[in-house]
Amino acid sequence: MMKSVGYLGEIARGALITSRHFFVNMARHTLALVGLRTRRPGAVTIQYPEQRKTIAPRHRSLHRLVRREDGRPRCVACMLCATVCPSECISIEAGEDPDPEIQRVPSRYTIDLARCCFCGFCVEACPEDAIRMDSGILESAERSRGELVYEKEDLLG
Amino acid sequence: MSETLIVLVKVVLSVVWLLSLTLFLTWVERKESAVIQDRIGANRASIFGVRVFGLFQPFADAIKMMFKEDFDPSFVRRFLHALAPFLSFFCVAVTIAAVPFGPAVRLWGRVVDLRVADLEAGIPFILAMLSLGVYGILVGGWASNNRFSLLGGMRGAAQLISYEVALGLSLVGLVLVYPSLRMSSIVAFQGGLIFGALPRWGILLQPLGFFVFFVAALAETKRVPFDLPEGESEIIGFYAEYSGLKWGLFMMTDFLEVIIVSCLAVTLYFGGWQVPWLGPEGFRFPWGGGWALPRVAVVMLQVFGFNLKVLLFCGFQVLLRWTYPRFRYDQLMDLGWKVLVPLGFLNILGTALWVGLK
Repeated sequence: MMKSVGYLGEIARGALITSRHFFVNMARHTLALVGLRTRRPGAVTIQYPEQRKTIAPRHRSLHRLVRREDGRPRCVACMLCATVCPSECISIEAGEDPDPEIQRVPSRYTIDLARCCFCGFCVEACPEDAIRMDSGILESAERSRGELVYEKEDLLG
Repeated sequence: MSETLIVLVKVVLSVVWLLSLTLFLTWVERKESAVIQDRIGANRASIFGVRVFGLFQPFADAIKMMFKEDFDPSFVRRFLHALAPFLSFFCVAVTIAAVPFGPAVRLWGRVVDLRVADLEAGIPFILAMLSLGVYGILVGGWASNNRFSLLGGMRGAAQLISYEVALGLSLVGLVLVYPSLRMSSIVAFQGGLIFGALPRWGILLQPLGFFVFFVAALAETKRVPFDLPEGESEIIGFYAEYSGLKWGLFMMTDFLEVIIVSCLAVTLYFGGWQVPWLGPEGFRFPWGGGWALPRVAVVMLQVFGFNLKVLLFCGFQVLLRWTYPRFRYDQLMDLGWKVLVPLGFLNILGTALWVGLK
């Protein structure tokens, strides 16, 4: 019996902690409701679709094909990204360009997002800085797997 | 004829009160737990874009539950399986009949008590009905024909019966102090004063008894520190084979029990509908002075006071539920038989000595 009585103090302490959280947070919510700002908000929740966290600069989001100054993609279809890709989700069809400075362009550039593991190796491998993962798009949901294969036009941000 | 009609209206009103408070309590549970854990909680249920802190969430939950498939596994005993949730729901809900909501009022030239039934044996009736609630658990576990459900039902029955003893013992002290077992006279008695200043509430006369009563009553609600019958997170409980609205009835029974326990604690230990220093003519303060109020205002204050006390108790129970981890089974039995029952006896002994010597 004495052992059980011994934890009465701890039980009271637990209830005090939760009630402190309750009353402090309720006070913060109430102050926020009447338009006063408190040093900390009543809840740590981020109301997701309306409120978003700022994305860290190194965050890897959906790929973006970078354009030249005239608007054409920087990519020269060197296939390094497709080679390095561990999940083999990039496929490139090369085409010719009349400009002797460029010569090769991708006539088709697809990324199968159903396979992509967002490792960022393609970004590391690219010698032309033509692909980056800084579009900030986190929700790439589609209705079928086929629609998850993004074409060059989808990726040119 | 009109007497029957009045009783019918009172039955309907008290059931409506109970069920709407149950719905509200599901929202309170979600929101209060969220605030305790620094979250926001369910706030997106809306009607035409109106959210009001997610107060529509209970309706959304109810609609979801009604349209879920009510699946009967092929191996259950069909009749008992369907009967069990109704048994446990009924036995808990019917105890509201003995709870007084307010004083007698004069309506259209006749005196109407704000309670369904003024039973001679109010306390034994409530104890009896709460004990019958065990059948819902046992029958549910048995009829599910699943060994884990059966074990859950057995655990539940053992727990409820153990704590029933402590609950009964804690109430014996009250019976010694109060003049009668009738709920109305218990509440009327608590309208008096002790030392000419403090309201004569049960908590001040029986602090130890209240402690035993409240812990035992918490165990009767089968909620988290004592949720061994259900044990939803890892051990499988007695309603594993239930789904849809039948499961919903078990869930509602839990919330109902919280309300009933709050009603009992308020009625037996916190003065029922009595507001401190509020008499039939208005406030009369022990330090002199007073504040005369019309009869209507007094009755409304008293009914409001009862509801406020019940809500505070419900909130307190939700707080406890979100504070403590579950007891181990041997700890549960230790607490019941080795702590609460001796404390209950001690309380009876002390109360008897006090009453006898006075």
